[in-house]
Amino acid sequence: MHKEAAIREPLILGHKTYHDITEDVCKPIEDKAPKTWYILFGIALIIGLYGVGCILYLLGTGVGVWGLNKTIGWAWDITNFVWWVGIGHAGTLISAVLLLFRQKWRMAINRSAEAMTIFAVFMAGLFPLIHMGRLWLGYWVLPLPNHFGSLWVNFNSPLLWDVFAISTYLSVSFVFWYIGLIPDFATIRDRAKKPLSKKMYSILSFGWSGRAKHWNRFELISLVLAGLATPLVFSVHSIVSFDFATSVIPGWHTTIFPPYFVAGAVFSGFAMVQTLLLIMRKAMHLEAYIHTKHVEYMNIVIMVTGSIVGTAYITELFISWYSGVEYEAYAFINRATGPYWWAYAAMMTCNVVSPQLMWFKKLRRSLLFTFFISIVVNIGMWFERYVIIVTSLHRDYLPSSWSMHYPSHIDIGVYMGTIGLFFVFFLLFARFFPVLALNELKTILKSSGESYKNGDAGHHPTSAPVVEAKKEETPAVETTTTETASNTNDLLSIVGTVSSDKADDLKAITGVGPVLETALNEIGIYSYEQISKMTKREYDIMDEMTGKSAGKAEKDDWAGQAKELMNKSNNQ
Amino acid sequence: MADKVIYAMYDDDDVLKDGAKKLVSKGVKVADVFSPFPIHGIDPIIGVEQTRLGIFAFIYGLIGLTLATVGMRYFMIVDWPMNIGGKPSFSYMDNMLSFIPISFEFTVLCAAHGMAITYLIANRTLPGMKAKNPDPRTTDDRFVMELRTSDNHQFSVTELEDMLKGTGIVELEQKDIV
Repeated sequence: MHKEAAIREPLILGHKTYHDITEDVCKPIEDKAPKTWYILFGIALIIGLYGVGCILYLLGTGVGVWGLNKTIGWAWDITNFVWWVGIGHAGTLISAVLLLFRQKWRMAINRSAEAMTIFAVFMAGLFPLIHMGRLWLGYWVLPLPNHFGSLWVNFNSPLLWDVFAISTYLSVSFVFWYIGLIPDFATIRDRAKKPLSKKMYSILSFGWSGRAKHWNRFELISLVLAGLATPLVFSVHSIVSFDFATSVIPGWHTTIFPPYFVAGAVFSGFAMVQTLLLIMRKAMHLEAYIHTKHVEYMNIVIMVTGSIVGTAYITELFISWYSGVEYEAYAFINRATGPYWWAYAAMMTCNVVSPQLMWFKKLRRSLLFTFFISIVVNIGMWFERYVIIVTSLHRDYLPSSWSMHYPSHIDIGVYMGTIGLFFVFFLLFARFFPVLALNELKTILKSSGESYKNGDAGHHPTSAPVVEAKKEETPAVETTTTETASNTNDLLSIVGTVSSDKADDLKAITGVGPVLETALNEIGIYSYEQISKMTKREYDIMDEMTGKSAGKAEKDDWAGQAKELMNKSNNQ
Repeated sequence: MADKVIYAMYDDDDVLKDGAKKLVSKGVKVADVFSPFPIHGIDPIIGVEQTRLGIFAFIYGLIGLTLATVGMRYFMIVDWPMNIGGKPSFSYMDNMLSFIPISFEFTVLCAAHGMAITYLIANRTLPGMKAKNPDPRTTDDRFVMELRTSDNHQFSVTELEDMLKGTGIVELEQKDIV
């Protein structure tokens, strides 16, 4: 069985058994939906239907009902498209990239993050389709032989690349998501009591029975799909950025766009995941599975990608001046000081300043603050796309064509409508689908579950002692002593025991003072030889026991130093 | 010939794994294991071979890449060469750079979908199929080992059951299969 360092925070809190995980995830599906669910669903549905109404009005009247004009041919539609696609990226990043990196914390959030991806990309896809004006001719983007002779779609155009990228992304994400869902649907099927839900879930679960061979294939297909989805997710937003970067509009025509768009996409996507999950964990009582540590991990991703985005903004500014291209320089001066300065200011504060607050541990572990920042980031990333698109277009090459963009109520209605529809889908998902990946969580229970890490759970996850352990609270002091004792044995079994009369002068190692030397001697570490055998894992155990110098041993490379000192004393 | 199937139920994955190891070392053949999640390390013990799905995915990917290349060459070079800003469009190589994104996307599309379809067919898990797990609890927190008498001629049913009882099982069930 896979062992995990004792100092890592457990990923599953409390005394959970395999059965508890099933219960906790399936209960909300099997019970009656709470009143708040109906209220939220009703609100989302009304907004969504209003959006559908706006779309129908647009299709009946023409794209002229949007606030576009001759100069600004792209505005809210493409802003919303890029915004939604970007949000989608976090789901794939969590389920695919983090799977390749073997990050276990992803298992609590990947299911719902991926659902979010699919719904978000669905919303994104609506915009280019509506923008075509004649939706029913949308299939013309496919390379089909047609009645105009052999005229094909233009494979040199980034807009066509986008068609392929987005449709591949949507369908591959869906397949990846569904393959993971099949075993969990089987769990619900086998628990279902009502004939209708039994029937539904047995259709959805495709007759999954969990044979060893099936699990073997399941693990491989998850891995290969993750391997395929990882470059896919990077390619999709790169291609979205090509829509702009391959044009000759100042402010768009930059090579920095692909990496900058991908980082921005992950940034906004994680913010949306935070917004959704912070509500979901409370509403569905999943605090034991999605807790502060998960939120902190996600905040670190937000901080890193936010910093990349900030760097990209500043690089863009610098290059616009340094390139000496007047058009480019003007585009950026106009962004910051022109009539759209407020959008630029909103983008800069929301996307550059706010993620930097996550450097403070207190802030990134605060759920309320995280929720607030996640909303701020979502707003900021919407403004980023608005700034890129509208401010670059509104100053045409000819000053006589200069213009401003004012959204019509249809613009606003369609956008609000997609938010409504997104929540309609997400609420349906939360109501009828297993929101946590049951089968994956069960595989990490023994290595990352709190009760297993503390060692106060019985060997059997379902055996009676576990229940007893819940009642009898072991005194805190006792737990720590036993833990320290087991850690000491653990540590000494690797580095070896040495008696105190063979002690070396540990103070010779940079970073070890007299106090730390005494502390090390107390554990049983006396010689250079012992320290030279230490690796990251042993450092961590040692740091935890001495309670000092967290990370210092690794930074100063004690093991390397000890080896050198050993060589020196041997040569003498 | 009537075949007897013995289902031994465990409540822990590690206990099942140890039990399977013990049985296999005595020469018992384990027909299958049903579990709510993948038990790591069980496959070599009960003799389940590593799947070849990965090879299939690679082949599907190659097919996708070929289709994309052949298709784009036909559309853009052979059938209707487009004059875009006077840039050369006479050969595939001249235009190849702008074909890379779609070639990549189509490769991924074919590999992922081909593999998923193969996976579902190989597993016999398709919409409307009936589940074959012996107990509904095996998708929750129980682990079932399946032994078949036809695989284990050298042992009698009682012998097999006695051996199973020594491995920490929680339930035992016998079924006839015609």
